[in-house]
Amino acid sequence: MLIALVLSSVFIYCDHKLASFEIARGYLQSMVSPLQYLANTPLKFLDFASENLVSRKQLMAENQKYQQQELLFKEKLLQLDILEQENERLRALLSSPVQAEHKKMVAEILAVDSDPYSHQILINLGTKEGIYEGQPVIDENGVVGQILHVGANSSRVLLLTDISHSIPLRIHRNGVRVIAKGTGSQTTMEINYLPHSSDIKEGDLLVTSGLGGTFPEGYPVARVTNIAENTDRAFARVKITPEVQLDRLRYLLVIWPDAVVKQ
Amino acid sequence: MKAKNNNYIIWITILISLMLTIMPLPILLDSFRPNWALLVLAYWCLALPNRINVLSAWFVGLIVDVLLGSVLGVNAFACAIVIYVTGNNFQKIRNFSIWQQSLIVCLLTAFYHLIVFWLQRFVFEVDFSLSYMKPVLTTTLLWWIVFLLLRKTRRHFRVL
Repeated sequence: MLIALVLSSVFIYCDHKLASFEIARGYLQSMVSPLQYLANTPLKFLDFASENLVSRKQLMAENQKYQQQELLFKEKLLQLDILEQENERLRALLSSPVQAEHKKMVAEILAVDSDPYSHQILINLGTKEGIYEGQPVIDENGVVGQILHVGANSSRVLLLTDISHSIPLRIHRNGVRVIAKGTGSQTTMEINYLPHSSDIKEGDLLVTSGLGGTFPEGYPVARVTNIAENTDRAFARVKITPEVQLDRLRYLLVIWPDAVVKQ
Repeated sequence: MKAKNNNYIIWITILISLMLTIMPLPILLDSFRPNWALLVLAYWCLALPNRINVLSAWFVGLIVDVLLGSVLGVNAFACAIVIYVTGNNFQKIRNFSIWQQSLIVCLLTAFYHLIVFWLQRFVFEVDFSLSYMKPVLTTTLLWWIVFLLLRKTRRHFRVL
């Protein structure tokens, strides 16, 4: 009894304070991942069934929608190419470095449950694919979070809204730098240490600032929803809502900020 | 089949309970997820206290920790304490009727979740919310099903 308690106390301490425990954690994660994949199968099967059992009419409607979207996207791409060239030329004129495209990989979420005390999800990539701790994870709407633990073929993503997660941002409109912290609620985060005089409005878009080195610059993260004007407090209380719908994630992109893709 | 105690059945049931622990549930039911691992551990601890002891409970708790991605050792700690209490009183609890037993299980699970909460509070700053106690309700209600099911399993496979 005593051994068990002492051992778990040591584990709690080590896991919380010492980074070196991460290796052991990685092995354990790899060991249990078959169990997690197994638990994921019923849902996968249901998904498969529902995807295979759609009517012809539905498929045709979807197809048409995609074709229209493709047209729109292609039109945008034309413009994007020109803009990109222009941007490159302007940056060259200013002799500032050209922003490069990063290496990315699509990850799928394993539908398994996590600790109720933290916001995490499990994805189907691991050390085999070269995932490492602290890697940024996004989806089509914006930043989702960063990699927390890595196993051989699955890894854990710590979501933006976790209480222990903070992310450096800037306001898209004017470039004011802020730090946003998770609150433990899936729809709100808050900005700490922002003076009352700062230029911030409801509806402002916040994007990653690239400071801190974890997240590459310029990805949308959240929108300002509520600013409490209470001058009794030392700092303004700003509530923001993540752009990503964290309860409806399906496919994610894992980014390698250091690996540049040659065009 | 004689002189064989079919130990592996215990571990298979524990494995199933671990899978149920991480099985996806609809959001509405998610916070009511019963504590399967504790239910199964408690049953085996009451039925065969010589097979499931504090250390094996600790080990199962550790796997739960890894599966859920919580701070390593939190669930292991809680599991070990709760199974220690159960194992020390197994002769008393065994003689209770099944309804009295579920009351005991209710207390044990509440204790379990309080320990987990307390340890989490120790590590992070979490505030208590009553929703952390929702599993206690479902775990209590499910005790008699798990109990009867596992008893049938035990007798069928003659796990000693």
